[in-house]
Amino acid sequence: MWAFIIRKLVYNIPVYLAIIFLLMVLLRQRDPVTGKLGKNATQEDYISKRKEFGLDQPIYLQYGVLLKSIFTFDFSQESWNEPGVTVGEKLRTAVPRSLALTVPALGITTVISIFVAMLSAFYRGRWIDRLLVFCAVLGMSVSFLVYIIFGQYFGAYKLQQWLGTPVFSIHGYESGLLNWPFFMLLPVLISVIVSMGYDTRFYRAVMVEETQADYITTARAKGAPQSKVMFVHMLRNAMIPIVTRVMITLPFLVTGSILLEEFFGIPGMGYVLLSAIRNDDFPVVEGFTAVFAGLFIMSIIATDILYAVFDPRVRLQ
Amino acid sequence: MPDEQPILKVRDLCTRFKTGRGIVTAVDGVSFELYSGETLGVVGESGCGKTVTNKSIIRLLPEHVTRYGEGSVVDYRGTNLLELKEHQMRAIRGNEIGMIFQEPMTALNPVFTIGWQIEEALQYHTDLSPSQRRTRAIEMLRLVEMPNPEKRIDEYPHQLSGGMRQRVVIAIALCCEPEILIADEPTTALDVTIQSQILRLMEGLKQKTGTAIILITHDLGVVAQACDRVIVMYAGQIVEMAPVRQLFHNPKHPYTKALLDSMPKPGRAGHQKRLPAIEGTVPSLFNLPKGCRFAERCGHRQNNCETALPDLIAIGNEPHSSKVRCFYPLGETA
Repeated sequence: MWAFIIRKLVYNIPVYLAIIFLLMVLLRQRDPVTGKLGKNATQEDYISKRKEFGLDQPIYLQYGVLLKSIFTFDFSQESWNEPGVTVGEKLRTAVPRSLALTVPALGITTVISIFVAMLSAFYRGRWIDRLLVFCAVLGMSVSFLVYIIFGQYFGAYKLQQWLGTPVFSIHGYESGLLNWPFFMLLPVLISVIVSMGYDTRFYRAVMVEETQADYITTARAKGAPQSKVMFVHMLRNAMIPIVTRVMITLPFLVTGSILLEEFFGIPGMGYVLLSAIRNDDFPVVEGFTAVFAGLFIMSIIATDILYAVFDPRVRLQ
Repeated sequence: MPDEQPILKVRDLCTRFKTGRGIVTAVDGVSFELYSGETLGVVGESGCGKTVTNKSIIRLLPEHVTRYGEGSVVDYRGTNLLELKEHQMRAIRGNEIGMIFQEPMTALNPVFTIGWQIEEALQYHTDLSPSQRRTRAIEMLRLVEMPNPEKRIDEYPHQLSGGMRQRVVIAIALCCEPEILIADEPTTALDVTIQSQILRLMEGLKQKTGTAIILITHDLGVVAQACDRVIVMYAGQIVEMAPVRQLFHNPKHPYTKALLDSMPKPGRAGHQKRLPAIEGTVPSLFNLPKGCRFAERCGHRQNNCETALPDLIAIGNEPHSSKVRCFYPLGETA
């Protein structure tokens, strides 16, 4: 298995290098300097700023510098927007905040939607299945923004008026486990509701296919109780699509949910990345992308490994 | 045939399905007995109700769209299986009545070892400890003539050939020593040499355990090799029931005769004309004729065949003599 991992990593090095290079080239189509200079800046100011940012260097040298900092895990380059704050510090503060939002959301969504999907597939074509599918489609059809705005209005603002004390935060963030429900529960719930529709429909399709499989009939003919048929026979076979879907979303856990963080004022990865893009803060954008791309590649490799864990027919070679 | 009590008595079994196009009667008034130690063949074209009949017995049909007739009885040792609750039925499935399936490639769960899958059945129906279950599973694999069972038990289905997998399916069905084994086209998906090995294996196991076998097939060659008595089904009804010899040598129902005629005969293949096929198709279950269901395709049709449905009547007076559903059964010399 180690040979497999190493070979996969080696194969993905060119992909990774290309991602970083493309990012650099594309970013440098913009002019980050003019906006950071005052109205009365001179040509000299402009040139010295470019020098300060290292933009006067040829692109292959800039690329080399960036690669070196990535592969040595040295994110000590300072943000152009907040002098004195390094990219590494930004990552270290923003990532846990994003994870505090996205990990519970993914966990809750996955568990509930798999369960609902099994129920739906088991009662396929009957009223309970139709109701669940109807709800899922309805949930999918409503915009993310509607959930956020209604969530903030009813879940935070109206609830506060009604109870007299604030229950959920509308905007803002403080760290700490005890603060989590106040700042995070509402965005997590909104995120769960938004993803439930898609996930349930996806997992239902997976489960429906499994309920029709011959081995299900064999299991029932053995005298297996329904719970065993569903949670042992079916679920284990459905693990491949489930793993695929969950693993694909994993890297996005770190990037956070840009919309939720923006609306609720949670300074996580999404929030930081968005403001860095707006302000042409190249080191931050590059650092975050480097981490994200790395995680993406690793989760793809991990997906392959998990396939082999769950399905004996898959061999890592 | 033995004169003892039958182990299974099916009386007037009607199985109806609710479908989008209305209610359809897939099995209509099927009655038969099964005796210990015999192999009862059920033959007929696809869609004639062979599988539905047997899945009704073991209650593996989707219950929410399935309705059994008012007077339908599946009497197993004095209990009407059709009236049992799901949890009572579970105690019978795999334990008293085992079932093996057509597609050994897909009938086994691909993500569990074959040992796990045999032991699972033992876990539901016996008090054996895990290590005893494993011993028993190895024993079963040896019984179904799996080479090297101690090693094979930890393999996954995809590591075995089709014939080997069918042996595993049989081992699962037989590990709790059921009284009845329902084999739904167990050899259809296998090539001919493996097919006859599996049939011989089933015959041998039947001798050893006394299990009664219901063998569903559309292959008359299999019937000739393996069965003691045969039921011929057409459009949800039994059209003929006879001991196997009698059926082959002296078919009473025109449909049975037509089936036999459409079978290639060894030695005559080269210089025979085209193999006769039965003209036409099975009537749709949504639109069954009023009279005999085979009338439209029957070469011996008379006027009243299309207006009245014949009953299944015994020919002769012996208790196990054949029965036929035809106004004009074919004679001895037919």
